[in-house]
Amino acid sequence: MGELEVEKHAKYILAVEKKKDDFQSVVMEHLRLNGAYWGLTTLDIIGKLDAVNSDDVVSWIMQCQDESGGFGGNIGHDPHVLYTLSAIQVLALFNKLDILDTEKVANYIASLQADDGSFAGDIWGEIDTRFSYIAICSLALLHQLDKINVEKAVKYILSCQNVDGGFGCIPGGESHAGQIFCCVGALAITGHLHLLDKDLLGWWLSERQVKCGGLNGRPEKLPDVCYSWWVLSSLIMIDRIHWIDKPKLVQFILDCQDKENGGISDRPDDAVDVYHTYFGIAGLSLLEYPGLKPIDPAYALPVDVVNRIFLSS
Amino acid sequence: MLMGLKVLESENENKQIENLRSPTCSYIITRKKRGFGITMDSEDEVNGKRVPFSNRPEWADIKPVPQDDGPNPVVMIDYKHEFVETMDYFRAVYLAGERTPRSLDLTREAISLNPGNYTVWQFRRLILEHLNVDLHDELQFMDQIATKNPKNYQIWHHRRWIAEKIGVGAAQKELEFTRTTFSQDAKNYHAWSHRQWVLLNLGGWEDELSYCDELLNDDICNNSAWNQRFFVVTKSPLLGGLDVVRDSEVMFSIKAILAKPGNESPWRYLRGLYQNNAKSLVDDPRVASVCIEGLLGGSQYVHALNLILDALVHQFRPNNDLKGAIEAVYSSLDLPDLATDSELAVRVCCILEKVDPIRASYWQWRKTTIPSQAL
Repeated sequence: MGELEVEKHAKYILAVEKKKDDFQSVVMEHLRLNGAYWGLTTLDIIGKLDAVNSDDVVSWIMQCQDESGGFGGNIGHDPHVLYTLSAIQVLALFNKLDILDTEKVANYIASLQADDGSFAGDIWGEIDTRFSYIAICSLALLHQLDKINVEKAVKYILSCQNVDGGFGCIPGGESHAGQIFCCVGALAITGHLHLLDKDLLGWWLSERQVKCGGLNGRPEKLPDVCYSWWVLSSLIMIDRIHWIDKPKLVQFILDCQDKENGGISDRPDDAVDVYHTYFGIAGLSLLEYPGLKPIDPAYALPVDVVNRIFLSS
Repeated sequence: MLMGLKVLESENENKQIENLRSPTCSYIITRKKRGFGITMDSEDEVNGKRVPFSNRPEWADIKPVPQDDGPNPVVMIDYKHEFVETMDYFRAVYLAGERTPRSLDLTREAISLNPGNYTVWQFRRLILEHLNVDLHDELQFMDQIATKNPKNYQIWHHRRWIAEKIGVGAAQKELEFTRTTFSQDAKNYHAWSHRQWVLLNLGGWEDELSYCDELLNDDICNNSAWNQRFFVVTKSPLLGGLDVVRDSEVMFSIKAILAKPGNESPWRYLRGLYQNNAKSLVDDPRVASVCIEGLLGGSQYVHALNLILDALVHQFRPNNDLKGAIEAVYSSLDLPDLATDSELAVRVCCILEKVDPIRASYWQWRKTTIPSQAL
């Protein structure tokens, strides 16, 4: 079996943060907060978070906060729950959640819940089960779940469940592993996993594994390393992880590494990026690959970070 | 593919740029193969040869605002000049709240350089509302940029916003537009969400089932089209509901299965038609027959066997033809002898473990759930 090139991946992530001429940085400026979450969580999983100056990161994050309480993707950008969750997660990594005006952030998120229990991403009203997960995960990390109508939120999520046991982005939407992760995660965090048909969903998820060992997100699609997270974390949350061939998946993820320059790509021989590097390594952590910190499948943060939030308050 | 990008192709291969499959991956630029270079094209493909803002007299009154990366920027970014300039001017009008025709044009240029920048889109919407622009013109703009950015969340959301404002009159155009998108990628998740929203909110169900026929004719493995089919038969106000169409839909699925028994989608669709009641499904002689054909016909019988297994554990009593077919497959696979034919469900699990080894643990678990009557 191949090796995980931990040093190379650490170097790759640190370089991405600092690279001057990188085209990817230029066009992803508006979602830098997401990038920070992917990069920094990966560094934490591989035990290299101290290579980053946390004060610099924290002060930059706080400048991304808007007067509404929500966070934009970078300084000067409009607030959106996508970046609000990343902000909360990165502050959690650095154990700096206490600098937040929790009430203010929570109110922003809660204001985005619609009458049917669904959540918009921001004031412009796009509805998607991704935002249900984001809202619930964010508020749980801030101990503010009581700000929303949890029962209605759960009801809406269940209305997006399909007859195959999976979930789409809206009622009737095709079952998709990314949306499934969001719905299952939200149900896990709010204590409603018993409402799922775990056997039916577990089977659908196990069918995502293709011959080469990788996972796809829907029937008859190509495998992609990011599904190592979406599918795997879902399977763990419903206690069905043993239904896939773990060694084969490990090998697939390792084959997606750029062993020369570091980083992981969506499938072997494609260009790497921080997003797939994170999901590949997070997936390996879920598969208990040696030397990696364990990661919580629902909160997508290292277990010690989650424990710090929930066990010591 | 972002505007203004050219990919250097290797001499001997065709372009192998592939859009990422996950919607979340849409944040990332289109994949390139490792070793290919990319270069930013300095030509503005939408407006022709570009004149810097600093040279445009109509912008002479504006002081551009540079990106504020904070006192100790975590990320030092070296931007390309036209991108920098455009965004500096954008920031100026954004901070000033200027909602004029020239700032509308500016957002168009900013979007052309980076259609993922959601803040630009949001400001554009504020300007469109303020100027009361004819949104049909806006849809035309959307058509132009959409072809190169089929998986961009902001574009789809903006489109939704426009369609919602135009109302029912937008239905046909939006159905046509998603149809065009599907001609490039028939599984585009964003496009399917949009199409479903259009049908539910603006109507246009008349030809939807036959459109599903068309797509499945092109690619019987298109799971999105199968999902849409289920959406139509369950939600269309014109078809009478699932009970009315079930029979013909079973026939349709069986035809698809016969064409390609290893295709996951029609099996799931069949189960959906019967709300996952496997016993009722296999009680239908047409379904039992297609299972038998699959078993006798070749190697793509995993889905057939799974369905039979589900039915067996729910007291389904197979006829001799089906039993015979299962036993024939069992003996062909060099599996250990099992004594009596009352262990049919166990045989099925053993077969599945052998022919679908990647899910061996799942099939082993299935064996443990066989109730004693089915043994």
